[in-house]
Amino acid sequence: MTNEADANAPPTPGHRLVRRRGRQLRERFIEVLLFLAAASSVAITFAIVFILVKEALPLFREVSLLDFLTDRQWTPLFDDAHFGIMTLIAGTATTTAVALLVAIPMGTVIAIYLSEFASHRLRETVKPILELLGAVPTVVFGYFALLVVTPLLQTLYPALPGFNMLSAGLVMGIMIIPYVGSVSEDAMRAVPMHLREGSYAMGATRLQTAVRVVMPAAFSGVAAAWILGISRAVGETMIVAIAAGMQPNFTVNPLEPAATISAFIVQVCLGDLPHDSLGYKTIFAAGLTLMLFTLLFNILGYWLRKRFREIY
Amino acid sequence: MVELAVNILDAAPRNEPAPAALKAESRNLNFHYGGFHALKNITLPVFDHSITALIGPSGCGKSTFLRCFNRMHDLYPGNRYQGEIVLHPDNVNILDPQVDPIEVRMRISMVFQKPNPFPKSIFENVAYGLKVRGITRRDQVAAKVEQALRGAALWNEVKDRLNDLASNLSGGQQQRLCIARALAIDPELILFDEPTSALDPIATASIEELMLELKEQVAILIVTHNMQQAARVSDHTAFLYMGEVIEFNETKKLFTMPDKKQTEDYITGRFG
Repeated sequence: MTNEADANAPPTPGHRLVRRRGRQLRERFIEVLLFLAAASSVAITFAIVFILVKEALPLFREVSLLDFLTDRQWTPLFDDAHFGIMTLIAGTATTTAVALLVAIPMGTVIAIYLSEFASHRLRETVKPILELLGAVPTVVFGYFALLVVTPLLQTLYPALPGFNMLSAGLVMGIMIIPYVGSVSEDAMRAVPMHLREGSYAMGATRLQTAVRVVMPAAFSGVAAAWILGISRAVGETMIVAIAAGMQPNFTVNPLEPAATISAFIVQVCLGDLPHDSLGYKTIFAAGLTLMLFTLLFNILGYWLRKRFREIY
Repeated sequence: MVELAVNILDAAPRNEPAPAALKAESRNLNFHYGGFHALKNITLPVFDHSITALIGPSGCGKSTFLRCFNRMHDLYPGNRYQGEIVLHPDNVNILDPQVDPIEVRMRISMVFQKPNPFPKSIFENVAYGLKVRGITRRDQVAAKVEQALRGAALWNEVKDRLNDLASNLSGGQQQRLCIARALAIDPELILFDEPTSALDPIATASIEELMLELKEQVAILIVTHNMQQAARVSDHTAFLYMGEVIEFNETKKLFTMPDKKQTEDYITGRFG
């Protein structure tokens, strides 16, 4: 420090309060380091989008966007190539819909039970087990769908093909239950006790309190849980690749086999297509479509959170 | 307990109108939070068409006592009541395990310390108690909601925006909404748990004025931290300390010539 004041001179007011250069530099260094860490995730996201767009663009020089969106066939690897992404979107939408029909009601009911009815001890026991269900590798779920659920469904409905979207969707739904349930439960537990007490004091039952007061109060969190579930279902790959079959099939009938966007990408990546072929480019277009969907749901989730945020 | 109540009535100046009837009374009430003995042998009357105030320092058990009247303690595990709270004219002990706490809450409503409107519209908030009781006829509900909002002196401020979210109201309006919500179910007794402690003086004055109007129809039991408030609004006051009733009397007497030294010390601000 340069503040070696003369002993006889009156002390300058800043003598002990002057800025310390060393500390300032260190602070600055740490700040830059933290900024870089934060910026890297943003940079990586943009890099991924850039590569997806760059690699997908050549496809659109050969295939018009209109064909891409309206053609009802997806056969990019055939001689008579068609590039109708709607075929894959239909597969993704169908498996997602089946999964959500399982996961949203089950997850929400589980959340209501754990948050509003279960004793503290039961909740503390059940919730980790529930979350464990989310830790099962998806490949295990895939084989579970193919080798357990499909044969089971075939005993009820013998005409069901070995690969079908119903079985894949059901198992995917089971996989998503912990996400929906756990996040919804967190949102419902965060509702302050004085709101519940207000409801009970009016003579409401537990169920009335849960459904009419706690659920609306936690709506933004519960909706976020649903959106999270949708995003997981749309992007889920292993289960549908294993159990739903990989033939692109323009149908929304869950009893049929079909390929989803993600399953198609797996199929091409595992194949031996030359890297500069048109077929290879299609996976970037498919990946871009998939990303647009998850982006859409994230925006929807963000909007719902903002729109229905509760001030307790 | 009946004796005490009778004594008080005897002691009341004769120029007062007809003596107040008992609405409820606690008899040798003990309450335990797990291992903590929070209320000790509390015997107190609550008169109809009048305001009974509970005062005392923090932790003295006044809110605990209030929340026994609508069995709020049933919501949490490990709580235990002993003794009786008898509701008149039924002459039934509402703490009896045979008594359904929901039935009790249908007749005794409550206003909380912090305004706690539900995340619903103003209308739906007031209609909540009716809907919970299965009353859904639109005209019937609408009439009741208007009556309750008028009763809570809120109708003129909100009649044009009944469908707005209740959370858009000011703090004082929210608390009056909570009073309207409590009124809509035609309660016999309303419990107020420090209803103005989160409000500014103007909103507090309007709530106090409202309570004085409400006592024409119902019995009111109020917990308050504010001794001036107890002196302003209540007809009878009980001073609680460490889970026991130190003194119960007409408010005028309790504040002007308390029998007990502890009461005097508390109301003159020497402790608490």
